Amino acid sequence: MAEKVLMKGNEAIAEAAIRAGCLHYFGYPITPQTELAAYMAKRMPKIEGGVFLQAESEIAAINMVYGVASTGKRVMTSSSSPGVSLKQEGISYIAGADLPALIVNVQRGGPGLGGIQPSQSDYFQATKGGGHGDYHLIVLTPASVQEMADLTGLAFDLADKYRMPAMLLADGTMGQMMEPVELPETAPEMIEKPWAVTGTKMQRKHNIINSLYLVPEELEKTNFERYERYAQVEKNEVRYEEYMMDDAEICVVAFGIAARVSRNAVVEARKQGIKAGLIRPITIWPFPKEAIAKAATHCKEIISVELSMGQMIEDIALASECRVPVTLCNRAGGMIPSPDQVFDSIKKAAGGNK
Amino acid sequence: MTTQILIAGFGGQGVLFAGKFLAYKALLENKQLSWLPSYGPEMRGGTANCSVIISDEPVGSPIVSKPDVLIVMNLPSLDKYEDAVVPGGKIFVDSTLIERKVNRTDVEVHYIPATKLANDINAPTLANMIMIGKVIKETGVVPYDNIDKALDKVVSARKAALKEINFKALDTGYNN
Repeated sequence: MAEKVLMKGNEAIAEAAIRAGCLHYFGYPITPQTELAAYMAKRMPKIEGGVFLQAESEIAAINMVYGVASTGKRVMTSSSSPGVSLKQEGISYIAGADLPALIVNVQRGGPGLGGIQPSQSDYFQATKGGGHGDYHLIVLTPASVQEMADLTGLAFDLADKYRMPAMLLADGTMGQMMEPVELPETAPEMIEKPWAVTGTKMQRKHNIINSLYLVPEELEKTNFERYERYAQVEKNEVRYEEYMMDDAEICVVAFGIAARVSRNAVVEARKQGIKAGLIRPITIWPFPKEAIAKAATHCKEIISVELSMGQMIEDIALASECRVPVTLCNRAGGMIPSPDQVFDSIKKAAGGNK
Repeated sequence: MTTQILIAGFGGQGVLFAGKFLAYKALLENKQLSWLPSYGPEMRGGTANCSVIISDEPVGSPIVSKPDVLIVMNLPSLDKYEDAVVPGGKIFVDSTLIERKVNRTDVEVHYIPATKLANDINAPTLANMIMIGKVIKETGVVPYDNIDKALDKVVSARKAALKEINFKALDTGYNN
């Protein structure tokens, strides 16, 4: 077993990415993800073939990612909310060209320039497009520094497997906090990428990476094919964790830092005889629809705990087919709900009826 | 057993470093832990704090809103967090910098003239580690033995010369 070390979440992502074989990083600094870029700046030049480049803007950075992704090399960028908004055009192009890449968003409060404290208000942007056109990202939401590392490796693997960009959707708390983390010691297995533009050496027909199709019949075909792949992702790659859900009457749904807070509240509720449980989505696209639907069969209320004005709550309502009330427990603008606030919501849902 | 610790003071007093040291010591003891700094447009002389949770169980929320142990190194921090401490909790006050007494009567209070003691041992920037030495003695949140191993983790090799004086500061606090 590898030795456990203390790392900030942002640093854990950077080191895990390097160990996952990502030797190309392009970014532009922004709080609260700056430690990630700083770590890359320090490490990459010491690695053979390693590239760290601070671009002139977020838009430049994401297009550099597009370029490297075309060659089949593992590549990433990272930013925080306003910076990720700037990257959306490039993300849509990468999705349209069916390329794997990793985009990290260590979210901060918005809209606009907002603030620099933690938030989860980019849920819609991450899961419902963000850029133009029909596309999805695989969106993973870490809830510990260990997961910041583990899900980084997983994101690269899934992106390669399904030829689509993946996003790690974290928040300022996850980026800034330190926890013990165990990093992978073995290099991952890389899959063949026969589509990559690597030079034909006059040995094969040239590959083309492109997202422009002026004949609508052809463009439609790429969309349908892409969605067949998305269906596979939805079938195979849903990830979530359940806590105390077996006999739960009140179901709390939360990811990332909100899940950490909610877990405390569920523990407190159980102590006081209220049957509460927690579903923690690890992927928010694909969303754990079946787990939510199942909860709706034995819970009398579902509470969505979010650091936003209520975004994931729409996916919960859809997945539960509104069979039970779905309510929101939230803070916004960089504030974090306290365990007490979540516990009060659970108590209210239980109606004092233990 | 879970201990929630909040360390607060001015930026530049080594509040985050003190928390990091405790976190590393806990790691070496195979404890579960989290360390969360306040972050923001902060500067030397502004306020800084950090949440450290040390536990035998996996840590839930890393945010300490009701500390079992509060370490304060300036008056604004005592004013802000005194009421948040759980009944029966412990408050550690740098009494060189904070002249007033703690108002609460349901907590255990330790007054340590840490900044003065730091000056006495010719380590004026290490009042933080003096406080930590005292905290370890009075709370037992981590054992004191092999304390130098944790210093190895937080003091970079480049600054190895500072290890000895950090150790002295810890010892001064522990034996105060």
